[in-house]
Amino acid sequence: MDFDFSALRQQFPFFTAHPDWIYLDNAATLHKPQAVFDAMDQFYSHQNSNVHRSAHGLSQQATAAFEAARTTVAQFLNARFPHEIIWTSGTTAGFNQLVFGLMGPVLQSGDRVLISTMEHHANIVPWHIHALPFGVELDVVPLTAEYRFDLAAFAELLKRRPKVVSISHVSNALGHIQPIADIVRLAKAAGAIVILDGAQGIVWEKMDAQALDLDFYLFSGHKLYGPTGSGVLYGKTEYLELLRPLLGGGEMIKTVSFSGSSWNDLPYRLEAGTPNMAGAIGLAAAIVWLQQQDIAAMQQHKKALVQRFYQGCRQIQGLELLSGPTTNAGIVALNLKNEHPADLATLLDQQKIAVRAGTHCAMPLFQALNSKGSVRFSFACYNSFDEIDRTLTALATAVELLTE
Amino acid sequence: MIRPDIFTETAAALKNIYDNQLPQLRQLKDWQSKYRILMTLGKTLPAFDNDGHRDEFLVQGCESKAWLLHYQDPVTTQHFWAFDSDARIVKGLIILLLVQLNGLTSEELAKATPELLLTELQLQQNISPSRSNGLLAVLNKIKAVI
Ligand SMILES: Cc1ncc(COP(=O)(O)O)c(C=O)c1O
Repeated sequence: MDFDFSALRQQFPFFTAHPDWIYLDNAATLHKPQAVFDAMDQFYSHQNSNVHRSAHGLSQQATAAFEAARTTVAQFLNARFPHEIIWTSGTTAGFNQLVFGLMGPVLQSGDRVLISTMEHHANIVPWHIHALPFGVELDVVPLTAEYRFDLAAFAELLKRRPKVVSISHVSNALGHIQPIADIVRLAKAAGAIVILDGAQGIVWEKMDAQALDLDFYLFSGHKLYGPTGSGVLYGKTEYLELLRPLLGGGEMIKTVSFSGSSWNDLPYRLEAGTPNMAGAIGLAAAIVWLQQQDIAAMQQHKKALVQRFYQGCRQIQGLELLSGPTTNAGIVALNLKNEHPADLATLLDQQKIAVRAGTHCAMPLFQALNSKGSVRFSFACYNSFDEIDRTLTALATAVELLTE
Repeated sequence: MIRPDIFTETAAALKNIYDNQLPQLRQLKDWQSKYRILMTLGKTLPAFDNDGHRDEFLVQGCESKAWLLHYQDPVTTQHFWAFDSDARIVKGLIILLLVQLNGLTSEELAKATPELLLTELQLQQNISPSRSNGLLAVLNKIKAVI
C-alpha cells in the first residue's frame, strides 16, 4: 500500500468500536476522524457562546473561531472571499435556499433549467417546489449507453438556452464522475449559470473554484469526514448577492420595522438564526485534517479498491454491474439477475457488510434504467483490501443462497 | 375485484407454514439455513392477480414493493390477510408475522406482538422504522384496521 493505511484507520474511533463490521455505505455518510470530535469538544467545552451578537469577550472568541472556520473552507475551495462561503445544514438545505433564491432575480416564468438523469432528489425536488409552480421548465440530459453523462446531448439541450444548469459532480447512485470542466465551459458559453452538486464530489478531488470558474458549488459536511448538520453553499459574490433569502430572522437583517426589513450583507444575509457553530468548526477541522493527508494517495487507494472489487464481482455468476470501473469516485452499484436488491443487501447485512439497497434518492435514474434499484457498495480511504476480499466472499455466499 | 378465495387459500398456506416451516426455523441454528427457508415461504402463498397489485394496496414506506389485502368476516369479526412483495426476504418475514395474526379479532390483534418471533428466531434484531425492510410499515397498516 502506498500510504500508511493503519495510521489513517486508527484515527477513526468508529472502527475500534465496531471491529466486526465492514462499512461500505460511505456515500451515505462517512465516519469521522478523532480530530473532528476534538475540535467540537473544544468548542463546546471552552468557547461556547452565541456568535456575532453578545457584547462579551467570550462571544468575540466564539465569533473568531466561527469565522476562522469559514476562512478555512474558503481557502480549501480557493474562493475569492470568505463571504462566498454560506453555511448550510447540508446539500439539501443549500439547494432549497439556492433554488428559492434564484426565483425572481434570475429565473422567471418561461425560463428553462437543465439537470441530468443522474441527479439526486436534492437537485430535483427543490425545483419542483420553488420553480416549476412559477412557470420554470426543466430539461434533462440523458444517459449514454454506458450510463454516463451524455455531453453531445447536453450540447444539444443547451441550444434551448437554459438560464441555469445544475449537475452533480459525482453521481451518488453510480459513482460516475461527470465531465465537470466540459459542463462548466459549454454551459457558460451558452450563457447559463452553473450549479454543481458536490455532495459526492468534494471528497473525491480538491476543487478550485476560481480555476474552474464555478458559480455555485454545494456539499455536506458529513460526507467530508465532518459532522452532520453542517454544509456549504459556495457562490460567486455577484450571484450570491442576487439570491433572495429563504429564511428570515436573526443575523440576516439590517433593519426591521413592522412594514418591512432590509437585509444584511453577505454571508449573513443567507444565514438566518443562530448558526450551527460547532458544526462549522467541526467541518473546518475535517478539512484541516484532510489537508494533512496525502489526498492523491487516498484517491489512488480508492481507485485500487474499486478495481479489486470490480474484478472480484466479474468472477461471480449472475451479477449485473451498473457502474463502470473507470472515471469512478469509489461507488459500485450492482444487481443479481432477477433478484430484488433488498434481498441481496439483507443477506450481506447478515454477514455484517453495511451497504445500501434501493433507489438511492435517485428514483428518476432508476426509472430511466427500468430497474427496481441496486445494491450500492461505496468505498472510502479507510477501507482495506482485506475488507474488499471479505466482502467478495460474503457476496458470493449471498448470491449462492439466492440462486440455489 | 379481489377474488374472495385468495383469503381462504392464504389462510391454508399460512397454517401449513405454521405447522411445518416454523418448527424447522425454531430448530435451525445457522443463519444460512434459516434464510434458505425464509426465502421459500413466499412461494407457497397463492399468487396475486393484477387486481391485488393495484396501487391502493401498496404499503407506503418500504424500499421494496409490498401489497397487503384485508378482509374482515362480518359474522366472526376475524381479520384475514393476503400479502405479496417483490422482495423474497421481506415477504418471508411478513409471512412470519401473518402466521401469528391471521384470523385474529380486533381485540386479539391489539394485544399481539408478532415481531417478537423474529427476534426469537434471530432473523431481525429489532423492527426499525427504516424504509429498508418496511416491516414496521406493514405492521402499522395491519394494526390500523382495529
Ligand atoms: C449527489 C448528492 N446530492 C445531494 C445529497 C443530499 O445531501 P444531504 O442529505 O447531506 O443534504 C446527497 C446525499 O445523499 C448526494 O449524494
